[in-house]
Amino acid sequence: MSLTLLIEQILNGLQFGVMLFLMAAGLTLIFGVMGLINLAHGSLFMVGAFACASVAAWTGSFWIGLAASLAAAAAAGAVIELLVIRRLYDRDHLDQVLATFALILIFSEGTRWLFGSFPLYLDIPPLLSGAVSLPGGSSYPIYRLAVIGVGIAVAVGLSLLISRTRLGMRIRAGESDREMIAALGVDITTLYTLVFALGAALAGLAGAMVGALQSVQVGMGEPVLILAFVVIVIGGIGSIRGALFGSILVGLTETLGRVLLPHGLGLFMEPSAAASIGAAIASMLIYILMALILAFRPQGLFAANG
Amino acid sequence: MKKALAASLLALTFAMGGVAQAEPVKIGMITTLSGGGASLGVDARDGFMLAIEKAGNDEIEVVIEDDGQKPELAVQIADKMVQSDKVDLMTGIIWSNLAMAVVPSVTAQDVIYISPNAGPSALAGANCHPNYFNVAYQNDNFHEAMGEAANKDFKKTFIMAPNYPAGKDSLTGFKRYYKGELAGEIYTKLGQTDYAAEIAQIRASGADSVFIFLPGGMGVAFTKQFAQSGVDLPLMGPAFSFSQDILPAIGEAALGVKNSASWAPDLDNEANKAFVEAFRAKYDRLPSVYAAQGYDAANLILSAAEKADVADREAFRAALKEADFQSVRGKFKFNTNNHPIQDFYVREVVEKDGELTNTIVSTAFTDHGDAYAAECKM
Repeated sequence: MSLTLLIEQILNGLQFGVMLFLMAAGLTLIFGVMGLINLAHGSLFMVGAFACASVAAWTGSFWIGLAASLAAAAAAGAVIELLVIRRLYDRDHLDQVLATFALILIFSEGTRWLFGSFPLYLDIPPLLSGAVSLPGGSSYPIYRLAVIGVGIAVAVGLSLLISRTRLGMRIRAGESDREMIAALGVDITTLYTLVFALGAALAGLAGAMVGALQSVQVGMGEPVLILAFVVIVIGGIGSIRGALFGSILVGLTETLGRVLLPHGLGLFMEPSAAASIGAAIASMLIYILMALILAFRPQGLFAANG
Repeated sequence: MKKALAASLLALTFAMGGVAQAEPVKIGMITTLSGGGASLGVDARDGFMLAIEKAGNDEIEVVIEDDGQKPELAVQIADKMVQSDKVDLMTGIIWSNLAMAVVPSVTAQDVIYISPNAGPSALAGANCHPNYFNVAYQNDNFHEAMGEAANKDFKKTFIMAPNYPAGKDSLTGFKRYYKGELAGEIYTKLGQTDYAAEIAQIRASGADSVFIFLPGGMGVAFTKQFAQSGVDLPLMGPAFSFSQDILPAIGEAALGVKNSASWAPDLDNEANKAFVEAFRAKYDRLPSVYAAQGYDAANLILSAAEKADVADREAFRAALKEADFQSVRGKFKFNTNNHPIQDFYVREVVEKDGELTNTIVSTAFTDHGDAYAAECKM
């Protein structure tokens, strides 16, 4: 395996990780601030992708679609917070899991009812199509570089939001002691709705960006959701910094494992068997990673509340 | 009282030897109607039900359930259908891993299973069963046809499939007939949607062509990403990766791709013309290969129901084996292992009347069976 190929694969891992970060950030924010496990986060990812695909098909512009995906996911987030999630804050995690699982089913069937069972078409915008040359003679798609750029921008933006703004101060306060900030006169219910809509918008953004690369179809959010949970367990529940590091760690492990394992096994095995065994081990790799981290650091790498 | 009367009447009818009226046929259909793989199941079901409705035979009852592409769910539904619904026949399963979970126990309980799609090698060879009929193909077939066709143009092909029974069958089938060198071989995760890492390997491998087997959304994702990556290699695959249900979602990236199948919308025979027309009229879209197979599965069952009483399994099986129906594939017959002997074509994705579709460009095999029939002792 050449160095240029390795660099390309590291970029691929980074891009995948950054995309996971957009999912994991919202998930961990909602858990950190409100103590809520939201299984329906993957559905918001799907809402973003469907909104982007249908609006882009209607208007002919990916960018309007992207804006629509943010708006639709944030709106869907706010609506489910008002109608369902709000009643769950004081319940235990099992009730939350059940109710938000029901939301997955409702979103999936609702989307199927609206758009049908067949995948939708969404392509990357002409501005971002094509590839740039990498040093060493290889090339890399501009769109994937843009995804990395957006992910980094969101990470910086979120950390500024949380450390520098009034809203961020309230979010941090809400994380540590929700009764106290309510007593200080902060409107905690509005704060929760805002945080939930923000997390939903991030998921929707991820869905729209990924939708242009993959297929926009019902159920596309669940596999990503599982990985996002792995990320926040590794990174430390409730920590944005943990979500960022966890995402990149999972992205790189998954991508490089998928490439290097079959290659490595191929050195002393028949190629067909190496491909099949390598693929099987590679698909377990991130769960092995998670198990190892849980064994040595049960609170995750960057636990939020101590 | 009424019940007792009805029961004794019924008993009397049986005692008289109800020759005139065959018993109603109860069919259980388990297919994928939700989740990422739903478009395949929806097409198979729509094709199947179209044939049932066209026949206007009210002696046929169909129970349809969704397996969500989950093996454990499919097994539960199958148990329910056999034990409480008391179905005579079952059909519908799309995915090979689900077929492997359901079919052996169903056929062992004397229910006939007609596969409209999945044809895992394990059920075609040594583990074949008189109650198991596959109306579609044996899994290796489409890939064998593409391997044979690839010999004409290519010397160094990169091959890729998901790591599950049909994926293994796929690459085995391709390699069985492909004589060139392999630039590389990758098994991906089933349901994987990001292929950046694999495309980078294809680029680095020095391949002159790429063969993929990625059904449903996986094929959409790969083909789009491959087109965007700027790797300019000819792409080929079995029809599953470029079937009508996903072509609109892939878009122009699919144009010119070669793929192999036993059927195409433009296949020239009367039954197919009527099918494509009726399907379009009823569902307002072009049928996919899954719809065609579903349609044939229903017509096969209808043809057997004309000839034999389903309660007499022996006679019903014999009637099925005759395959006396108008297949949309033109000619159709069963091999010794109850899998089809049929022609396989190479198709190309083209744009026709503003719509992406497949058109036949050549014939890869004529009267082709499968590699496992000899192992089947039935």
